[in-house]
Amino acid sequence: MSNSSTIANGAAAEEHHAHPAYQRHHFETIEQQFDATNFAMWLFLLTEVMFFGGLFTAYLIMRNWYYPAFVEASHQLNIGWGTANTGVLILSSFTMAMGVWNAEMKRKGGLVLCLVLTFILGLCFLGIKSIEYHEKWEKHHIPGLHYSVSSFVNPASDPEVFAEYHDKPLAPDMAAKTEMYFFLYFAMTGMHALHMIIGICLLGYLIVRANAGDYTTGHVTYIENFGLYWHFVDVIWIFLFPLLYLISRY
Amino acid sequence: MSTSTIVSLPDQSTARIPKMNYLTKENGLLSWLLTSDHKRIATLYLISITFFFFIGGALAGLIRLELLTPQSDLMAADTYNKVFTMHGVIMVFFFLVPSVPATLGNFFIPMMIGAKDLALPKINLLSWYLYIVAGFMAIFTMAAGGVDTGWTFTTPLSTHYLNTHVISTGLAIFVAGFSSIFTGLNFIVTIHKMRCPGMTWFRLPLFVWAHYAASILMVLGTPVLAITLVLVVLERTVHIGVFDPALGGDPLLFQHLFWFYSHPAVYIMILPGMGVISEVISTFSRKRVFGYTAVAFSSVAIAVFGFFVWAHHMFIMGISNYAALVFSLLTMLVAVPSAIKIFNWAFTLYKGSITFETPMLYAFGFMGLFTIGGMTGVFLGTTGTDIHLTETYFIVAHFHFVMVGGMLMAFLSGIHFWWPKWTGRMYPEKISQFAAVVTFIGFCFTFFPQFILGTLGMPRRYAAYPPEFQVLNVFSTAGATILGVGYLLPILYLTWSLKYGEIAGDNPWQATGLEWQTQSPPLTENFTELPIMDHEAYDYEWLENKQAKEVASVQ
Repeated sequence: MSNSSTIANGAAAEEHHAHPAYQRHHFETIEQQFDATNFAMWLFLLTEVMFFGGLFTAYLIMRNWYYPAFVEASHQLNIGWGTANTGVLILSSFTMAMGVWNAEMKRKGGLVLCLVLTFILGLCFLGIKSIEYHEKWEKHHIPGLHYSVSSFVNPASDPEVFAEYHDKPLAPDMAAKTEMYFFLYFAMTGMHALHMIIGICLLGYLIVRANAGDYTTGHVTYIENFGLYWHFVDVIWIFLFPLLYLISRY
Repeated sequence: MSTSTIVSLPDQSTARIPKMNYLTKENGLLSWLLTSDHKRIATLYLISITFFFFIGGALAGLIRLELLTPQSDLMAADTYNKVFTMHGVIMVFFFLVPSVPATLGNFFIPMMIGAKDLALPKINLLSWYLYIVAGFMAIFTMAAGGVDTGWTFTTPLSTHYLNTHVISTGLAIFVAGFSSIFTGLNFIVTIHKMRCPGMTWFRLPLFVWAHYAASILMVLGTPVLAITLVLVVLERTVHIGVFDPALGGDPLLFQHLFWFYSHPAVYIMILPGMGVISEVISTFSRKRVFGYTAVAFSSVAIAVFGFFVWAHHMFIMGISNYAALVFSLLTMLVAVPSAIKIFNWAFTLYKGSITFETPMLYAFGFMGLFTIGGMTGVFLGTTGTDIHLTETYFIVAHFHFVMVGGMLMAFLSGIHFWWPKWTGRMYPEKISQFAAVVTFIGFCFTFFPQFILGTLGMPRRYAAYPPEFQVLNVFSTAGATILGVGYLLPILYLTWSLKYGEIAGDNPWQATGLEWQTQSPPLTENFTELPIMDHEAYDYEWLENKQAKEVASVQ
C-alpha cells in the first residue's frame, strides 16, 4: 500500500540526531538509555539473589539437620582472617562508591585512583581467601580430596582450635557430616570468589577505559552499574560471613 | 457484504517487497552473526529452535515406534531411557522455553511497543550464542552416549546410580538457562523503559503482557535451576551429597529446588503462547479482546501463583499431608486465571465477525486442547486422584495437551499470523489450513488414548508394557504419525513461500497492532519515525478511520 512512501522515509530516518557519542542508536534519549541499563543491572542482581538463594537454602537445611557437625566445622574457620576480609571488602565498596562520585564529578584522576584502589582491595580479598583455603588444604578439610575427620572425632588433635572452643568429640557418623559443611563452605565462598574474579577482570577493563577518559565525559553508566555489581558481591559476603564464621561462635 | 476472509493483499501485479528492509540492509554471514537487530536475532533463533524441534520430534517418533509393541524390541530398555530423556531435555529447554519468546517475542515486542530494538541488543545476541553453545553441548551429550535420568534429573538416581552423561547435560541446561534469563531480563527492561509516547501499560497488546509475566518467571526461576544443577554436578564430581541420602543429603531438597523452577517453567512455556492467542482471536473476530484488563492481569496472576504450586509434583514423595493440602489448594487457584483467559477469548468470539484463516484454526485448536490440558491438571492437583494417576500416562497426556496441544499450536498460530510481517510474503492458505486440521486430528489421536492408558495404570518411562495396553498404544503411535505429517507440512510450504508466496503488503490481516502499521518486512529500526500511540489496543475503528484517510489522501 504505502510501501513506496515508507522507503523514502526510511532513507530520511538514517539521519543522525544530535546526541552524545555514547548514546546507543536505538534509544530516544540519553536518560532512557541510562534508566534502561540501570534497571537491567538491578534485574540481573535479582537473578543473582535467586542464584545464591538456592545455596543459602541448602546450607540452612543441612545446618539444621547436622547441627553439631556444622558447629564444630564452623569453629575451624579463622575469624581473624574473615573479619579482615570483611573489612577489606567494605573498604573496597567505599572506594568504588567514591569512584562513581568521581565519575559523576568528571574527575578523571580521582576515578582512576579509586578504581585502582578497588582493584587492589579485590586482589587483597582473594589473597586472604587463598590463605584460608590453603589452611583447609593443610588440615585435609577439602571435601572429596583426602578429607580427614580427625579434627572432629578427636578435637584435641587440633590444639589451636581446641584451645579456643574446647569442642567435644563427635561420633564418627556425625563427624563425617563436617565434610558437608566444608562442601557448602567451598561452594558458597567459591561462588562468591568467582564473582570477585569476574569483577576484578571487569575492573581492569574499566581502569584502562577510565584512563583514556571515557567515563569522565558524563557517561557514567558503566561505572555506576559496575558499582552496583561490586556492592552486590559485597552484600553476599556480608551474609556469608556471619552464616559461615560467626554463627557457631558461642 | 460478508466475505469469508479479511485478507487484503496489495495488487500482485504491481506489488513489490520493499527494497530496503532488515533482511537486505546488510549482506554476508558476519552481518548475521554479529547483528544486534532484534529481528535478525529472532530469525537466527527461529532457525535454531526449528532444528532442535526436529531432533526432539525424531526422538518422540522413536519413542512411539518402540511403544507400538508391548515388548522392548526396537531398542534396549536403557536406550529407550536415553531417548525419552533427550526428547524431554531438548523439547523443554531447547524448544518450548525459547519457542515463542525468543522468536516471536524477540521480533514483535519492540515493534508492538513502538521501539527501535530491545533495550539491550548485545545481550540479546549473547543470549542466542549461549543457546547455541548449550545446544552443541546437548548434541555432544547425545553423540557421546546420552543421559538416562529423565529430564527431571531426579536425585539420587542422577547423582548416585547412573553413569551416563549427567554432567554435560546439566551444564548444557545451565548455559541454556542463562540464555533464557537474558531474554527475560531484556523483555522486562524493554517493556518498562522503551515504550513509545502514548503507549501506556493498558494500551499494550496482550502479547506484551503475557511476555512480561513469562519474563518475571524466567528472571526469578531460572537462577534457582542453575544453582541446583551446579550442586548436582558438584555432587557427581566431588561425591559430597547435598541431595544423595546415602551421603547424608536430602533428595527432597533437590525436588523442591528443581520444581521451584520447573513448575514456573511450564508457565514460561505457556504464557507467551496465550499472548499469541489473544492477538489472533482479536484479529480474526474483529473485536477488542473482551475484558482486556482481566486478561492482562490474569497473565501476571499466573506468574505470581505459579511460584507457589511447585510441591504438587511431590505429593507422593513424602512431603507432609499439610503441605500437600496447601499446595493442592494453591494449584486449583492457578486454574482461575487460566480459565479467565479462556472465558474472555470465548466472549471475544461472541458476536465477532469470525473468519477461519490458518492462525485462527490453530488458535481454536489451542483453546480446546489447552482447556482439556488445564482441567486434567486440576485432577492431578487433587491429592487423592494424583496418587492414583501420578507417574502414569495420564501425566504424560496432561502435559502434552498443555505443551503440545497448547504451546505448539500457539507457536504455529503465531508463526502463520506474523509470517507475512516477518518475510513480506503470505504462506499458501489452503494447504496450511489443511496442515492445521491434520495437526489437530493427529494430536487428538496421539494423546487421548494416553489419558485412558493412564487411568488404566500404564506407568510412564518404560520400554515394555502389558499386552492388554497395545490397542491404545497403536492408536497413539498412529496418531503420532499423522502429527508428524502435520509438523512437516508447514516447514515445506513456509520454505516454499519465501520465494513464491504472494506479496503480503503492510497489513494483510487488517490488524491493529503497531507492528502492522509499518512495511513488511520491516526496516532495520522498525519505524520511519517515532510512533505515537493515540488509541487503545485492538481499536478497529481507529484502523478503519486511518485507512479511510489514507485512501482519501491518495485520491
